[in-house]
Amino acid sequence: MSLLAVERLVVAYGRTAAVKGIDLTVAEGQVVCLIGANGAGKTTLMRALSGLLRPQSGRILFGGTDITGFSAHRIAALGMRHVPEGRQIFAGLTVAENLSVGAWLEQVPAERARRQEQVLARFPRLRERLSQLAGSMSGGEQQMLALGRALMGAPRRLLLDEPSMGLAPLFVEEIFAIIADLRREGRTILLVEQNASAALEVADVAYVLETGRIVLQGKAAEVAHDPAVVAAYLGG
Amino acid sequence: MLAQQLVNGVLLGAGYALFALGFTLMFGVLRVINLTYGFYFSAGAFVALFLTRDFGFSIWTALPLAAMAAGAMAVVLDWLLLARLRRRGAPELASLMVTLGGVLALYAASTAILGPDIRRLPPGLIAGAPFELFGLRVTMAQLLILLASLVLVGALVWLLHGTRLGLAIRAMAEKPDAAGLMGIDTGRIAALVSFVSGCLAGAGGVLIGLNFNAIHPYMGETMMLRGFVVVIVGGLGDIRGALIAGLALGVVEVLTAGYVDSGLKEAVAFAILVAVLWTRPSGLFGRPEMRRA
Repeated sequence: MSLLAVERLVVAYGRTAAVKGIDLTVAEGQVVCLIGANGAGKTTLMRALSGLLRPQSGRILFGGTDITGFSAHRIAALGMRHVPEGRQIFAGLTVAENLSVGAWLEQVPAERARRQEQVLARFPRLRERLSQLAGSMSGGEQQMLALGRALMGAPRRLLLDEPSMGLAPLFVEEIFAIIADLRREGRTILLVEQNASAALEVADVAYVLETGRIVLQGKAAEVAHDPAVVAAYLGG
Repeated sequence: MLAQQLVNGVLLGAGYALFALGFTLMFGVLRVINLTYGFYFSAGAFVALFLTRDFGFSIWTALPLAAMAAGAMAVVLDWLLLARLRRRGAPELASLMVTLGGVLALYAASTAILGPDIRRLPPGLIAGAPFELFGLRVTMAQLLILLASLVLVGALVWLLHGTRLGLAIRAMAEKPDAAGLMGIDTGRIAALVSFVSGCLAGAGGVLIGLNFNAIHPYMGETMMLRGFVVVIVGGLGDIRGALIAGLALGVVEVLTAGYVDSGLKEAVAFAILVAVLWTRPSGLFGRPEMRRA
């Protein structure tokens, strides 16, 4: 039984469809990665899954519930968190305030404090910066904050869009180590990545997107050895 | 003489600041230059007029009730005119034009229903005669405006910076999509911000109507011109800026009227607006690309 199921999904900006009928499933506890070139429709798909875009047609089922057309805050309340492309942290708020917004749906102050401790234990760098404006941090630190902010919602399911984009190699390594940790904790992750080799290493299942359609899918280890994938995405 | 003029200016400016506060809050969070805002000023004044004249309410109960009525109108009009555009991510110009059309229709309709004449609040609502305070002449209405401005500004700053709800409002002001991903119901926050802004406009209408004892359907439009100067000079979306610019505009107007020519006070106000935009396009206190809600 799949946790997240996408059926014949079409998402368009005006008249141009960016996602042209995609079927995709994610099972509980899996890490599924989406690879594809710029403009393949990966970010559009992620934005539709988290409710930021309304699909033209098709269905999105989450834990058996049809969530097609739900607004973003309702999907967040179901326990799925989207860490968007470009991080989208609140630059004018402090690091502590960003984390606090992440726990908006949690009403109990003690639980919010407990989660903040967990997040700071995972990202010690953020602890020194709690009272600093988020926009004043480096790209890598901002990505840590974006992940930490999402984890403040204690989500069992994460949509991660290009978490390593634009980061220094050291940070990229750290981000993938964290994704591996999150997976060990049993969280379900749908991951979009330009860094295909690292993504395929951490994932169970992979989908390859080209111009809004899925052209290849399978176990990550098998996709990683597909000659076309090696040529196009792994610099082979 | 100068001290008296400065006091008059500050008291006038407190009214401008109060009015501009809601306008700048609306822009800062909802990112729309909402031209219907002036209508809530007129609406607040009229509701207070009916409550005091026809139903015998005191000004102390009529003021909050009228403010809340104006706030409720702001919620309904935001939902009718703008919510749909916001959901579709329509360009700011479309929203601006919708509010322009909306406000012109509202003014015309309210003039048709209520008549264009200037109304007066019932006499004796508040002590009318000026009295001496530290050698300066002030009226109760002026003091009420000052007091209400201070209380409402304090309450707004507390809401935005002292509560979790305020944190959500500031998050939404910066990145509405990201706020939605955090589970914040941005539609409800938009309604709340409209309500608070409408209350501020309505309270301004009651207090300034009381001060000048002149209430008519288009009073909000005259006020909007001032509101524009204040929020643009102060920086769109900048609450502290609106406060300072509001007080400054009141002082400038009174000094121009007192020492130059009262017919020139609007000309001076708009000359300042143009000069500020030339030199500091994001307002006197604003930094580009940074909005303080």
